[in-house]
Amino acid sequence: MRHDILCSGFGGQGALTIGKFIAKAAMAEGKFVSWLPSYGPEMRGGTANVSVVVSDAEIASPIVSFPNVLVALNQPSLDKFGPEVKAGGLMIANTDMCPNKLGRKDITEYYAPMNTIAKEIGNEKVLNMIAIGMIIGHTKMVSYETLEKDLSAFLLKKNPQLLEMNLKAIKHGMDLVK
Amino acid sequence: MQVVATRPKSLTDLQFTYCPGCLHGVAHRLIAEVMDELDIRNETMGVAPVGCSVFAYKFFDCDMQEAAHGRAPAVATGMKRARPDMHVFTYQGDGDLAAIGTAEIIHAANRGEHITVFFVNNAIYGMTGGQMAPTSLPGMKTTTSPYGRDVDDIGYPIRVCELLDSLVAPFYIERVSLLSPAEIIKAKRAVKKALLYNKEERGFTFVEFVSTCPTNWGMDPMKARDWARENMLPFFKAQKFRDKGEE
Amino acid sequence: MGKKVLMKGNEAIAEAAIRAGCRLYFAYPITPQSELIEYMAKMMPKADGVFVQAESEVAAINMVYGAAGCGRRVMTSSSSPGISLKQEGISYIAGAQLPAVIVNVARGGPGLGDIQPAQGDYFQATRGGGHGDYYVICLAPNSVQEFADMASLAFDLADKYRNPVMILADGLLGQMMEPVEFKDALTPEEILEKEKQHWDWCCRPNEDEPNHHHHEINSLEIDPKELEKHVLRLGEKYDLIRENECRWENYNVNDDNELLCCAYGTASRIVKSAIDQLKEEGKNVGMVRPISVWPFPYQQVAAGVGPKVKRVVTFELNLGQMVEDVKLAINGKVPVEFMGKVGGLVFTPEDVKAEIEKYL
Repeated sequence: MRHDILCSGFGGQGALTIGKFIAKAAMAEGKFVSWLPSYGPEMRGGTANVSVVVSDAEIASPIVSFPNVLVALNQPSLDKFGPEVKAGGLMIANTDMCPNKLGRKDITEYYAPMNTIAKEIGNEKVLNMIAIGMIIGHTKMVSYETLEKDLSAFLLKKNPQLLEMNLKAIKHGMDLVK
Repeated sequence: MQVVATRPKSLTDLQFTYCPGCLHGVAHRLIAEVMDELDIRNETMGVAPVGCSVFAYKFFDCDMQEAAHGRAPAVATGMKRARPDMHVFTYQGDGDLAAIGTAEIIHAANRGEHITVFFVNNAIYGMTGGQMAPTSLPGMKTTTSPYGRDVDDIGYPIRVCELLDSLVAPFYIERVSLLSPAEIIKAKRAVKKALLYNKEERGFTFVEFVSTCPTNWGMDPMKARDWARENMLPFFKAQKFRDKGEE
Repeated sequence: MGKKVLMKGNEAIAEAAIRAGCRLYFAYPITPQSELIEYMAKMMPKADGVFVQAESEVAAINMVYGAAGCGRRVMTSSSSPGISLKQEGISYIAGAQLPAVIVNVARGGPGLGDIQPAQGDYFQATRGGGHGDYYVICLAPNSVQEFADMASLAFDLADKYRNPVMILADGLLGQMMEPVEFKDALTPEEILEKEKQHWDWCCRPNEDEPNHHHHEINSLEIDPKELEKHVLRLGEKYDLIRENECRWENYNVNDDNELLCCAYGTASRIVKSAIDQLKEEGKNVGMVRPISVWPFPYQQVAAGVGPKVKRVVTFELNLGQMVEDVKLAINGKVPVEFMGKVGGLVFTPEDVKAEIEKYL
């Protein structure tokens, strides 16, 4: 089993972090992983994206040209990468930043107002955790428990309140795709 | 029989390769005598430049590195950081230090590297055959300024001590001259101060020697000294710019 | 060996270098290797080591020269334009026969180019790079793990041959995170033991006669007869390196291969994917991946050409530089084709697969 994941959004929305947490959790579960960011000027305000591969077998190319999981946190990302999603794949979009839908029949599309939900949870920063919840809820590529363990390891002491909000956001995301 | 003068231990037995009347030999000897007097030869490493003194690595009897043109202060930085318990000096000419190596000298000084830089300024490129140096004087004729240094075209000579004196970090900066026995005795005091501060790990120390180049100036050695006194010293004043040890 | 951590190539090579006994690092910031210099800035002081951000790449490589002349384990890193600036110093390091490690996280060129992954520095890396008759041992990793593993190998090779060793990565390997497992760090005693092998020639504390030494770190031999001897000695050393230090990987190389690919570094990862896809379709394609690009594994590439192989295809992220070495290796036995991608772009497995299919 191999997942080719592409996460994309404005710099600062946390697209790269989505990929990082998925990759770390998958690594902890014994999978082969790679995390390849776009880098350069787009880090500072433009569109940033990351290719993540999670696989049972050794990963040859870490480049994702046709994802089977796409997370689009803004409209430019959806417009650019939406048509590239493999048939049968998954697309998750943030409707707060994507007014236009993709509307493909050959993939699963989920839409959620991530900024709004994140604000309700208490911190707009956790919007990327909602996306993580949606990914793992639908694909089961890593377990919630692994993510909780990993997040706790680095947030429990530093910021327990933020940890709680993060976990809440993941669970919320999982509920959205039930 | 009483020995009244001998070669310093810090010089090797090799005969200098310098032109007759050249003052590099004097500068080498001053540094070597002070190394002996401070008893630091065994803990000292030097860096030779590219220029007339390129063979300095053969002449000083301590471990030596030969640097690329202008890079001696960077090489010395690497050596000092690699062997912090040892003392490091560079020996550089005006083309090496004030033209191609400007970035290296300024930044080594600015970091306050615990090294000593000996700078021999004779206002000309010697080894390559008398071309214009960054310290060549206004109107001075050289093989690449055959009509005299035109300051409107190529600018004025660079005063390195003054330039370094604008930095915060350097510990000791002095310009001396080698034009007479009295000046040489004074120069040795500066060398001693610089290497003593070096030994004591006080900071970056810098000594500039105003020197001559009889061969490329086309003068006999004594006339060259007179010329330097009349033309160089008014522009490159022999003075102490900074001595944090006496503040 | 510790547990696996997810790390960028730039950080992994820095950590691995410190574990391999590197205690001096001099560099100047440049994208896409900045995480490397930043990691060193943070971790060197904790390892009791030296970190200096130099005023230029030129200064940095000369600091490396000075420290290497003292027989210490020293490293610098940069990306393509900065590596060009270091070439003067690398030539002097090679000429003076000093051990040092240089990391190139290459990007697109020429000139300022861009900051995306590229392999346009192959000629520079494998043909000495600066002035004069010399070679730099050059290792080209294709994963974060291999990048990290090359640190101790690079230092050991540099010590063994008293020669600069370059690790030739690229922006993709520098920026990508993959799981990496580090070797145990050398203890200070082990590092000292490694450095002691240089004590008979390097700059170090001295003694009075009769044990006084006068060590000269130098690449100048003004007498042509002496320089001739020196360069011929270097030549003998390079022959020895060619004989002993060729490194390569065979991927799916077998007697039933219909075609043989040749690629190194990042490009080889993409080619592997294409070979895997072709395998699923019943097509048998192999690849020889040079791991040392100098010395180039000429014999091993030639040996990879099986009885049914009609063609060799070289895949590179440049205009076709390694293809010259592949042609030398194949020596006219079968045609050698080339596919490249430039500008900092990377071909996809689909691109590579389509190119291979043209010849099947």
